[in-house]
Amino acid sequence: MNCRVISFLFAAAALLLSADVFAAAPIKIGALFAVTGPAAFLGEPERNTAKMVVDEINRAGGIKGRKLELVSYDTAGDATKAVQLATKLIKDDKVVAIIGPSTTGETMAVIPVAEKEQVPLISCSAGSKITDPLKKWIFKTAQNDSLAVGRIYEYLQKNRQTNVAILTVSDGFGASGREQLKAQSAKFGIKIVSDDTYGPKDTDMTAQLTKIRGSQAQAIICWGTNPGPAVIAKNVRQLGIKTPLFMSHGVSSKKFIELAGEAAEGVKLPSGKVVVADLLPGSDPQKKSLLAFIKDYQNHYKTEGDHFGGHAWDAVMLIKAAVEKGADSSSAMRDNLEKIRGFAGIGGTFSYSAKDHAGLGKDAFVLVEVRNKDWVIVK
Amino acid sequence: MQFDQLLQYTLSGLSTGAIYALIGIGFSIIYNATGIINFAQGEFVMLGGLLTLSCLDLLKLPLWAAIPCAVAVSTVAGLLFERLAIRPLRQPTPINLVIITIGGSILIRGLAMLIWGKDTHSIPPFSGDEPIAIGGATILPQHLWILAITLVIIAINKIYFYHTISGKAMRACAYNRRAAGLVGIDVRRMVLFSFMISSALGAVAGIIVAPLTMTAYDVGVMLGLKGFCAAIIGGMSSGIATVVGGLLLGVLESLGAGLISSGYKDAIAFIILLLILFIRPQGLFGKADSERV
Amino acid sequence: MKRELLKFAAFAVFVLLLPLLFQGGYLMNVLVFVGINTMLAIALNLLLGYAGQISLGHAGFFGLGAYLSGILTVSYGWNPWQAMPVAALAVGCLAGLIGFPILKLKGHYLAMATLGLGIIIYIVFNETIDLTGGPSGLSGIPNIALGGVTFDTDVKNYYLIWGFTLAVVLFSINLANSRVGRALRAVHDSEVAARVVGVNARILKVQIFTLSAVISSLAGSLYAHTMTFVSPASFGFNFSIELLTMVVIGGLGSVYGSFLGAALLTLLPEFLRAAHDYDIIIYGGLLMLMVMFMPGGLVRGIPALFRKLFKPGGGAGHA
Repeated sequence: MNCRVISFLFAAAALLLSADVFAAAPIKIGALFAVTGPAAFLGEPERNTAKMVVDEINRAGGIKGRKLELVSYDTAGDATKAVQLATKLIKDDKVVAIIGPSTTGETMAVIPVAEKEQVPLISCSAGSKITDPLKKWIFKTAQNDSLAVGRIYEYLQKNRQTNVAILTVSDGFGASGREQLKAQSAKFGIKIVSDDTYGPKDTDMTAQLTKIRGSQAQAIICWGTNPGPAVIAKNVRQLGIKTPLFMSHGVSSKKFIELAGEAAEGVKLPSGKVVVADLLPGSDPQKKSLLAFIKDYQNHYKTEGDHFGGHAWDAVMLIKAAVEKGADSSSAMRDNLEKIRGFAGIGGTFSYSAKDHAGLGKDAFVLVEVRNKDWVIVK
Repeated sequence: MQFDQLLQYTLSGLSTGAIYALIGIGFSIIYNATGIINFAQGEFVMLGGLLTLSCLDLLKLPLWAAIPCAVAVSTVAGLLFERLAIRPLRQPTPINLVIITIGGSILIRGLAMLIWGKDTHSIPPFSGDEPIAIGGATILPQHLWILAITLVIIAINKIYFYHTISGKAMRACAYNRRAAGLVGIDVRRMVLFSFMISSALGAVAGIIVAPLTMTAYDVGVMLGLKGFCAAIIGGMSSGIATVVGGLLLGVLESLGAGLISSGYKDAIAFIILLLILFIRPQGLFGKADSERV
Repeated sequence: MKRELLKFAAFAVFVLLLPLLFQGGYLMNVLVFVGINTMLAIALNLLLGYAGQISLGHAGFFGLGAYLSGILTVSYGWNPWQAMPVAALAVGCLAGLIGFPILKLKGHYLAMATLGLGIIIYIVFNETIDLTGGPSGLSGIPNIALGGVTFDTDVKNYYLIWGFTLAVVLFSINLANSRVGRALRAVHDSEVAARVVGVNARILKVQIFTLSAVISSLAGSLYAHTMTFVSPASFGFNFSIELLTMVVIGGLGSVYGSFLGAALLTLLPEFLRAAHDYDIIIYGGLLMLMVMFMPGGLVRGIPALFRKLFKPGGGAGHA
């Protein structure tokens, strides 16, 4: 009796295993996101979105019958860990492509690994230097900082506000923004009259702002991610500074408006289109993707999807597009990614080429303003 | 250099410094009663802010009720910390105690991350946020709250430590635990008290600062570090010296950011602190005491 | 001393044969970092465990070594073999200079001063953007090459790093058993008493502080050349605290304890990864439990545990 049960179980197990063998093996995709640590505001929506999209693709039967398998690790925003985990993804998990990491610092650290092991990497961070100069195996979905800076400067130039004060956070995001703000100022005829920084965990920036108040600035540009910019917006209000305040795309989510409250009113910033998706004209090619992403994210996680999650959405969808064109190895994936043209995603419309692995144009950003606790598009 | 700018730097520095001072006093109270540098002190600051948020949002309490509620829960957390982590220690060498409080702070931060998530949260100010002009400078009503509450707490501290039996007993423990035990003071209870008082103090600091700076599961690290510095400048006293230490640190940072370089402001503050220590190795206010051999 | 050498030989054989078990998998990469962290933990242990002087700023020396090596090779085109000793020398000079005033301080003042030093160094990494690349880091640091071999894979790096680590282990064991080691322990127990019997405590403390900084700097250079990328975030206050934890969890005053502590704290996150968001809680909890139940550190706790397990009634009672 007992014997029969065991042999039955064996038979059942064998059947299950063979069934598995008949279906094509899933395509393994690695993901490195800073789900904890100081960059968790990037990593968490990115991981959530990547999981959500991969699940959805699999539920719909996979891509040409092949399912995707996402192996996701948390880097905690630490470059050392990111490198270790990239090695793990490639050597132990044998993934064909990697999505992430979330921050520019981590991405720069991981690039040598991906290049050496010849695995395509689609970074979700914004630093321009990730794909400039071009690296064979490295792509990115996050819009370049330079585009965001360009949007602000264009607006300032149009309004003849040429003296600006910049206040940037002293981490990778702020440093990259500061570099771009300085590099592009001459091109737009803009003069930086005051250049200050603040620490990511600082709780009061009135000292820097008092100094700025004493300068000839016609606009203040602050480059940082929550909560710093919200503190700055409040400090600006406290000091009674009337100079227009600009922020970066790092705070283009409802969270900033919630944190800064009244002080957020009138703040302008360049943003991915996701925060103003419903205000876009129907002719906008991204509108369909944007609305789908927002609805899905709301259903899954009960909060608003932001453009950080969008970077992961774009990355998974770009991989999907590459697989649809018949890629199941790392090198074919890379070649197919390079052939993608006019893919309307969350961050913008992607057109990769052998010369451009960032793939986005100036239209990826719109300038938005906070009015009545919501975003409006600045024309 | 205009006078109103200088005034603004000083006022901003004082209000930030008052928070450092409150946290620093928490460090000192525990250090004096037990010889422990409690690296988990910053986490109680975080707990204060986040618990207030929960009382407001989940329990729908009004602000005046939410604050004592949050302080009470933090105090219980401090009590549990002492009972579960500090007291059972078999070899309470100073360095083991440091590691255990580091472990505790990681644990508390991790729990807070699970409970409240990784987002930053804001708390409404106690009484509006219309700026108040003082000379050419402006401050917010919340800044006045911070300064006032700090003053009240220092006064209560003074009364407690110098005019109540339990406070005097705690001071006796600070001087000599063995002798205190011999004259009938329950040293273990005093240690427990010290943890409760400083977790309550930390929570208060976290609550009064949250409307200005927002709060999140990881705010305790930086604030704890600054509070620790304030306590050391003050020579680990639980009184006015630590307050001066905190205010000094706050003002140095603010002046450094405004007058010299915002990027190096923390470095400037620390360089000055190092110089002070090099010239006066026994602390800013300490008397050079003879070492027991 | 002969017993010590046998112990070391056994340890060295263990270390050299370990890669055969893993055949170049991901764990090799983690073991490279165990090597680097072992060096750092030993460096701090010399200061804390032997001389009884605390430092909350050792990540700063580690970072200085890494950045000096990185900058000299990337911006000035030096060979790593030139950059490493120059970096170590520079860090040694700095530590020697700053050691005199800093080590005059005691107890928590020393803790605070070293903490401040670490933070100042960290801020300098962040702010001198032209030199260090600022918060975004410095990339493109070359691998170390020896003869015709470039150390660019995990297995090669493993032997490179552990070669250095074993040398540091051997050196530290010798130091601990030398006249200097005995003098250090005397300073640890009572500085005044040590001075009375003719130990120049002040110079000795500065010397050991400098030595500790030099070893940390060396570890930093090796880190930079294996990672080929450095950024300030790796050298902050948190890492100083992590080093301190390694030393204490491993066992104060024990070289092998430092190895155990470094190995445990480097490998632990790998095993906890399965616990996802709960890993930080388990990590914190484990630290606390370790101190509670193995207050003398792993190096004393593990043998005690074995005694307890295999000789019921034998080792129990004393802990």
